[in-house]
Amino acid sequence: MLRDWLRRLTWVDLFLVALRIAVLLLVSTGAWGSLREARYSAEHWTYFVGFGLTMGAIYALLALGFTMVYGILRLVNFAHGEVFMVGAFAAYFTAVPLSSSGLAAGMPLLAAAVMLACAMAVAAGVAVGVERIAYRPFRRAGGYAPLITAIGASFFLQYSARGMFGPRSRAFPEIAMLNGQVTIGAMSLPRAQVAVVLAAVLVMAGLWLIVVRTRMGKAMRAVSEDQHAAILMGIDPDRVVVFTFAVGGAIAGAAGLFYALTFKQVVFYMGFFLGVKGFAAAVLGGIGNIPGAMLGGFLLGLAESTGPALFLEGFGIDSPYQLRDVIAYAMLVMVLVFRPQGLLGERLAVKRA
Amino acid sequence: MAVADVETPPGAGTVAPRLFSGRTILASGLLAGVIGAYVVLAGLYAAFAERWLIVELLTVSQALLAGTAAVAGWRFAGRDAAAAAPSFAVAGAALAGAVAGLVLGAVVLFAASYNLRWIFVSLSPPLLAGLRFGLSPAASLAVLAGAGAALSAAGALCRRLPRGWRRPLLVGLGAVVAAGLFSSLVQTLLSTNAVTARLGDLLYVYDGLLSSGAALVFAVAVVGAALRGWPAARSGVGRIMPPERWRRRIVVVFGIAVIVAMPVATNQFIAQVMTIVGLYVLMGFGLNIELGLAGLLDLGFVAFFAVGAYTVALLTANGALAVAHLTFWEALPVAMALAAAAGFVFGLPVLRVRGDYLAVATLGLGEIVRVLVLSDMLKPALGGSQGIIDIPRPSIGAFTLASPVEIAYLALAACAAAAWCAWRMQHSWLGRRWLAVREDEDVAQALGIDLVKVKLLAYTIGAAFAGLAGAVFAAMAGAVFPHSFQLLVSINVLALLVVGGIGSFAGVVIGSLALIGTPELLREFGEFRYLAYGIVMVAMMRARPGGLWPAAPHRPRREGRDG
Repeated sequence: MLRDWLRRLTWVDLFLVALRIAVLLLVSTGAWGSLREARYSAEHWTYFVGFGLTMGAIYALLALGFTMVYGILRLVNFAHGEVFMVGAFAAYFTAVPLSSSGLAAGMPLLAAAVMLACAMAVAAGVAVGVERIAYRPFRRAGGYAPLITAIGASFFLQYSARGMFGPRSRAFPEIAMLNGQVTIGAMSLPRAQVAVVLAAVLVMAGLWLIVVRTRMGKAMRAVSEDQHAAILMGIDPDRVVVFTFAVGGAIAGAAGLFYALTFKQVVFYMGFFLGVKGFAAAVLGGIGNIPGAMLGGFLLGLAESTGPALFLEGFGIDSPYQLRDVIAYAMLVMVLVFRPQGLLGERLAVKRA
Repeated sequence: MAVADVETPPGAGTVAPRLFSGRTILASGLLAGVIGAYVVLAGLYAAFAERWLIVELLTVSQALLAGTAAVAGWRFAGRDAAAAAPSFAVAGAALAGAVAGLVLGAVVLFAASYNLRWIFVSLSPPLLAGLRFGLSPAASLAVLAGAGAALSAAGALCRRLPRGWRRPLLVGLGAVVAAGLFSSLVQTLLSTNAVTARLGDLLYVYDGLLSSGAALVFAVAVVGAALRGWPAARSGVGRIMPPERWRRRIVVVFGIAVIVAMPVATNQFIAQVMTIVGLYVLMGFGLNIELGLAGLLDLGFVAFFAVGAYTVALLTANGALAVAHLTFWEALPVAMALAAAAGFVFGLPVLRVRGDYLAVATLGLGEIVRVLVLSDMLKPALGGSQGIIDIPRPSIGAFTLASPVEIAYLALAACAAAAWCAWRMQHSWLGRRWLAVREDEDVAQALGIDLVKVKLLAYTIGAAFAGLAGAVFAAMAGAVFPHSFQLLVSINVLALLVVGGIGSFAGVVIGSLALIGTPELLREFGEFRYLAYGIVMVAMMRARPGGLWPAAPHRPRREGRDG
């Protein structure tokens, strides 16, 4: 049997094996070097992990949108990042009057709820609109047409936002309740980040309830598993698609609000590369797989945040944080090349060729 | 709620009421109104408000809004049902146009009374005042509604005209719009010699097209188009014109002659625009090999462009970062070879990745390269965010290619060489294997095509073309910065392929001229180019997936020889 396998081995396989070994070596030497140097204190690590979890939560929410759409339509929704951006802007435009009128300070929870509701509603609307205009006409078209229209839709949304709202970033108004730190045991973390992670987990729980407990959620799962059987069971795939885009869009809108709260700014180009990373997280966890998306999101966030400190330091690189995108994209490429089904496995009826 | 409900004659059937139900009219009007409002809110109106289409008569912004209403009417009257009842079509279109005008007016009034400038940055008071015509709210609404109705009705009328009348009218309008939009380009072209200069003075003034000039252009275009459609004139002209087969070739030869003559004939600005267009044509050829022929969507394409540019920079620059001090011509093959090697290295891991995943994987790889180039880690070698400056211009013997015109010819020469190579490759055994892989990888493999070799060759050769483009870019710009190598460049190249025609090399040229040349020539448009790209990509896939100059479909040879 070994002889058989050796005979079928090509030099490309050898190259890929060599690549795996190289990456493993890189990661381990780097990690060993960093830990030996012990440049960062426990406080630093707490901050890294906390920030990683916050970004991870945002990536997870984005990844959920990608994974749901891909599971049903086999389409990478490039415009999802822009839906996120639109949600963030909607939150901003709600936050400014709330803040200046003092409502945000007086009734913070109500204000937060209003912002969240607006962000989710607007984002869901935009997502449904994009599906109707840019994706539905091309659903039966093969080749690269759906992907190209997705990219086109993404750019249209991005630069419309630029045209409407201006090229400069806007500062998100301060929410007094979210300033300062929170001490949990021996650790001290920024309040905004803790709030974001908690809220994100709540949103994810809500999504889980929808998918598992409601009829529409069951329809979604059915269509993603076998579209034709679902049609035979009396499920209208178009309605399911619209619902999926709406829910995914709403979640992305929530993620937009959370991002705005963490980084305190919104700008028209914030969506595209975060969207790519969100897709990376979805693929990492397993496309079509909802728990996978959540896992992938948090993993990617943590990897991006602790990666530079954890193993790039070991190579003696100055300002390793500039290379955190390299870590994220390298993880994406590695997953796509070596394990396209992701960590928890794909949940698709027909595997992508 | 059917408008034409009451007096439907027995023969007309239920078709007329369905078209002219309130819902259809309302929907058309709302859509047009929303588009018009978008044009205003997204800053398009503001950007073009200063630019005259016809001097002292019509600004581009006004034309844009007017066009929206007219197109809405056109489309309304183009529905199948309208053929049965033309007058109702026009009336319905007019109503739809009125609705559109009302929607736009409502948005304008709302924006004016509740200061929305903090949300929509382009809603300045002068702009809003301009759209209200200095009248009371009710009056301005009425004006907009009336204008919308009139324009929409005009569009509908136009649609219902017989073909012989319609075509010349459209050609005439198109000619006026083109002459007005590209006034500076046309003026420059006309001023090159004394004969046409008089014409130029007649048609244009510094700011743009004169109304008399517009009338003249319209008249000439209409007459020309009418003659073309007129059978008697056709047969007469047909006797002196060459046969159909030759016509396409003559157009191509003429086009090439014009392009070659342009840098010298026009000014330096146009030469520079042509250089940029040429660079994108080069990159388009490269991506066309990867995507159009082999079917591999590579969004990390800009990385190869960067490799070519940085190689030339590192090998020829006068500064401290330079590795050697070669001439441009010595560095050029090295740049192409290194870019090809980069293509090889990129292609190797993603050989087994397909479709959407391939696009995202290559996007990731391209971004990795960009971040690395920008990073401080590689700053000692590559200059970080400050890039590499002081790159000398290429020289042939004692003659240095210093001015933009000369650089334009360098770019054109590179394009010609690349076009020849690409054409030869497309029609070779390699090209046929690429086409097979594009159609179906598994079947191609079953037929004995070595996927690895063929795909890697596609990446390598495509990357080499991009490297050539990068090398010329470095020579042209004199300095390379990481900011020139963003993902947007890859998207640019993809967009121009989509517009021109994936798989078609002539389409690459058309796409470049359209998507790269136009924003350079219409300065105000430059801000909205990516917006336009987005719309164009979706629209192209909807209307003409083959592109503006589609690739000829692959016909198997009939002689029975091995293909």
